[in-house]
Amino acid sequence: MKKTSLLVAGALAAITFAMPASADTKDKKIALSNNYAGNSWRQSMLKSWDKVTKQAVADGIVAAADPFTTSENQVTEQAAQIQNLILQGYNAIVLNAASPDALNGVVKQACDAGIIVVSFDGIVTEPCAWRIAVDFKKMGAVQLDYLSEKMKDGGNLLEIRGLAGVFVDDEIHKGIEEGVGKHTQFKIVGSVHGDWAQEVAQKAVAGILPSLPEVKGVVTQGGDGYGAAQAFKAAGRPTPLIIMGNRQDELAWWKEQKDANGYETMSVSIAPGVSTLAFWVAQMILDGKEVPKDLVVPFLQINQADLEKSLETTEKGGVANVEYSKADAEKVVAGK
Amino acid sequence: MTALALNRKTLRALLPLASLALVLAATFYAQPRTMSYFGLNLMLQYAVPIALATIAQMFIITVNDLDLSIGPFVGLVGCIGATYLHDTPVLGILALLLCIGAYAAMAALIHLRNLPSIVVTLGASFIWLGIAVMILPSPGGKAPDWLKAIMSLQVPLIPFPIIAALLIALLVHIGLMTSSYGVIMRGTGGNPRAMARAGWSELKTKMVMYGLAGFFGVLSGLSLIGLTTSADAHIADRYTLYAIAGVILGGGEFVGGRVSPFGAVIGALTLALAGSFLIFMRISPDWQIGAQGAILIIVLALRALISAGEARR
Repeated sequence: MKKTSLLVAGALAAITFAMPASADTKDKKIALSNNYAGNSWRQSMLKSWDKVTKQAVADGIVAAADPFTTSENQVTEQAAQIQNLILQGYNAIVLNAASPDALNGVVKQACDAGIIVVSFDGIVTEPCAWRIAVDFKKMGAVQLDYLSEKMKDGGNLLEIRGLAGVFVDDEIHKGIEEGVGKHTQFKIVGSVHGDWAQEVAQKAVAGILPSLPEVKGVVTQGGDGYGAAQAFKAAGRPTPLIIMGNRQDELAWWKEQKDANGYETMSVSIAPGVSTLAFWVAQMILDGKEVPKDLVVPFLQINQADLEKSLETTEKGGVANVEYSKADAEKVVAGK
Repeated sequence: MTALALNRKTLRALLPLASLALVLAATFYAQPRTMSYFGLNLMLQYAVPIALATIAQMFIITVNDLDLSIGPFVGLVGCIGATYLHDTPVLGILALLLCIGAYAAMAALIHLRNLPSIVVTLGASFIWLGIAVMILPSPGGKAPDWLKAIMSLQVPLIPFPIIAALLIALLVHIGLMTSSYGVIMRGTGGNPRAMARAGWSELKTKMVMYGLAGFFGVLSGLSLIGLTTSADAHIADRYTLYAIAGVILGGGEFVGGRVSPFGAVIGALTLALAGSFLIFMRISPDWQIGAQGAILIIVLALRALISAGEARR
């Protein structure tokens, strides 16, 4: 059965190479189970899903791709939601999970009912599900790599961390520590929690600045770069090299500085469009393709040269985004 | 006249059942696939821990108090269940007994210092959550295998959640509604002073009721992690409101020891089903809480209508 579907898929792909649509999944239904929609990143994520999947449905690639969001970030609510999705006869469920472990029971039920489960961003640990994880550690490490290129002599760094006690914060922090271990010319002289919010970051940085020696660079986690810049300005200190996090206000500030005095930095974060990558991965699995259970999603890095283009395409108050095409997804699956 | 009065009384008792039947019929209509053993099993599974939490809340409401900590308490039990109970069962059982003891102690505090239960339980909810986070700082742990086995039991013909719900209601009904000590406990809610004059210690009954609430809270937490297979400190935050709504939906009242175990379980099932129905109807999540509230208000309005008829006579 599986072999034939593979064969058919292969034959079709050979015949209609230019057309991404594959007849095999045209009556399959995919659902998005999302646990939270309360910030700009999640809103962009849902918008990207809507845009890409609507086109896919119109093209006849899948029969339906409906998003479902729970009103509060609650495990029990999302578990009940997934059970209902099982009953509604979806062939695949794309999942941004409220908890990495506590949904395993219901995910197993979905697998047992023959449903493909693809988790992304908020991944689940149940072995039967696919995981599209973000390499947050590397997101921290690349910042140091960039800094070491820009500043051969090194110097003092200020670290702005995210929300205390959250997995993502720990991972990025570990990556930054690793980077400092590798590039020993840098030294972290201060560390504050900015909670991924500009106002919080600004207050925290303003609080610690008077106690710091000259700061050469600021390593961040996203959503905190603009606040840090404001704090340095208010304190009357020279603006260091601040790594940005793809938020529109950060990119706009960067552009302003670049035009005024040739300021150079880079910006890195996760594109909310990762939901569309998960969609294509689910579609490929339904199509009978071999997909490894653990995939790593590339993060979105903006360099000096791409700044104008990224700023143009980013909505005010939003996050720089990329939506994935089927070809992009195939590249990620192939590990390129 | 009496026939009519009786009629109203039965009408009142039948109201929870009627609302459950209505929601069930609507769900079947919206998604015919649920009308099967597999469907009912899946849809009602998560109603079992909610029903147990609702029974816990019912015990507290029986003595005219309100428990705002049952949700985080269930979460704490889940965390203990997925850590200590799995690794060192003896320590786990001791910890759970301690939890039940803490509930009884809460009753003593409320009664002896004459404090409002809402304030004490609200405070306690933060304590439960704090301990839960200390035990399990990030989501994880493993539920004991026997718990998973019980919760995924496949019973022939009738889905397990339905049997479990009926069994829970029946046991509590026998204990609270038909036994003589049950009468005393309900009497404490109806008229505590009269019960005290008759020689029954209000402190003792309150402690027993809170202890029972703690016991059912423990059952709720264990059954929940039996389903999820691992725990999270925030796993049951919603249960506080679900439990109160379930009791009220099932015909309970905030005063006078007027409660019904069968009603409470039916109320919990109705709430769980209403959630599914709203998802099947593709109602936006922003409206879902509102829609659940609307169901609650409609049922309460119907009940008020019936009660108003009672009072006129």
